[in-house]
Amino acid sequence: MSILKAQGLTYVYGEGTPFRIAAITDVNFEINEPGLYAVIGHTGSGKSTLIQHLNGLIKPTSGTVFVDEKDIWSKNEKIRDVRFKVGIVFQYPEYQLFEETVRKDIAFGPRNIGLDEAEINERVMWAAKKVNLTDELLDKSPFELSGGEKRRAAIAGVLAMRPRVLILDEPTAGLDPKGRDVILKSICDYQKQENAVVLLVSHSMEDVARVADKVLVMNGGKLQMFGKTAEVFSRHAELCEMGLNIPKVMQIVSALRERGADLPDGILTVADAEKAILRLVKDGGENA
Amino acid sequence: MLNNITIGQYFPANSVIHRADPRVKILLTVAVIVILFLASGFVALGICAAFCILLILLTKIPVKMYLKNLKAIWAVLLLTAALNVFYITGEGDPLFKWKFISIYTEGIERAVFIAVRIFLLIIISSALTYTTSPTELTDAIERLLSPLKLIGLGGAVHVFAMMMSIALRFIPTLIEETDKIMSAQKARGAEMDSGNLIKRIKAMLPIMIPLLFSSVRRAYDLAEAMECRCYNGGAGKTKMKQLHLSFRDFALVFGVIILLASVILLRIFPIVLF
Repeated sequence: MSILKAQGLTYVYGEGTPFRIAAITDVNFEINEPGLYAVIGHTGSGKSTLIQHLNGLIKPTSGTVFVDEKDIWSKNEKIRDVRFKVGIVFQYPEYQLFEETVRKDIAFGPRNIGLDEAEINERVMWAAKKVNLTDELLDKSPFELSGGEKRRAAIAGVLAMRPRVLILDEPTAGLDPKGRDVILKSICDYQKQENAVVLLVSHSMEDVARVADKVLVMNGGKLQMFGKTAEVFSRHAELCEMGLNIPKVMQIVSALRERGADLPDGILTVADAEKAILRLVKDGGENA
Repeated sequence: MLNNITIGQYFPANSVIHRADPRVKILLTVAVIVILFLASGFVALGICAAFCILLILLTKIPVKMYLKNLKAIWAVLLLTAALNVFYITGEGDPLFKWKFISIYTEGIERAVFIAVRIFLLIIISSALTYTTSPTELTDAIERLLSPLKLIGLGGAVHVFAMMMSIALRFIPTLIEETDKIMSAQKARGAEMDSGNLIKRIKAMLPIMIPLLFSSVRRAYDLAEAMECRCYNGGAGKTKMKQLHLSFRDFALVFGVIILLASVILLRIFPIVLF
């Protein structure tokens, strides 16, 4: 069953003015099973415009978005309900915090759904735990938190709605390596425990290689590739042409292959490469 | 949704009006506004309209952009026109009478006259902002206010001009920011365009608070960045771009003087059409 589907999605900014720009053109894809999907693309490739279509923040100039096989802009669908099903965490989400306490801010989404107080409270605690926010932080003002904590509080605000489809626009931008790892881990956990579809927009090819099952590649407003992470990254030359790259470790692996090393396909992370190289060295040692 | 705002926006193009001296443009805009209020009778207003149309054609900006402003003010136009239609009583018999409502020819004439006048006011002032970049505008205002230096207000003039250029520069940034915050809150199910007045005001809080917070943050950042580049107010500052009057400026001034003269003449010797 199709969970999320885009059909012929096209959006034009500033139609009828001198500033007319086609942001995305004829984007088609279908996501049928839960998993972690990465969206990569050069700045200005239309990633942000694309994701805003998926929960109805932007109405497409032409084309259709289906969530659970229902057209989100059809008359019988309420766009607000779609937004509870498809949650978006925008870039630098910490700038949208507004409540007196972190607890109240996380509760904003669940309260809008119309849940009762007990359920809201339960969800706030659950979401806070997911992103490693301690109880004492919950009663502080969001403006007293550190950068990384603010970011996690903002993400918790979306997680608390328990969306079936969770979209995150560069959730780790501008964070230190530790903050980045905490957030990536929370996202992966959420995906697995909720059996959700997670779309992760990222510029870090290392992160994508580490966590993504499949990758969507956007370029010039068009969807250029959509496939398993290893497949997409095996098309190194094409990605380079789009101003993208593959993880450093994959570059090393392909350089080793060129020099005659017999390494298997599908090496995405440092851990994979380490295993494969050690095996190669061991085998080589036995043969010699 | 907020990207439809065009009032106060600059449209780059290469026209005579774009290249004209901004000081001249500001003064002439003020002059034309005064002339529009001096104009009495449809002949004078017609001449003003012709002048304005010629001017906006010279700007090489699509007429559609000017008409778009109508959307923002049509309610005001309609209200003033309606008030005039119903309130002005003429000398002859009313055109239409029903209970306490009576409409006279004079009322309708007046309503049309005022609606056209307001429309021309909007067009002529948007012609100024469409063809003059914010930096040119503030630069020109600083120059125009420079006589104040003679009475010891030189620093104030510079500060005022700087404040204005910063404010203008941040309008698009703040619009963009508002748009982003609105999207984010809507993604969390915030409802902004339904419910009664109190509900709507409450619904603005999730937008206003982050916006206020980030404005303050931006102000601090900007102040720090300016200090890092040794900003110390206007003292001893020279301009990279010097303004010079040229033939086209004199031609524009000449055009406005002709317009003024004809409007004044028409006040003294009115031509009555009907």
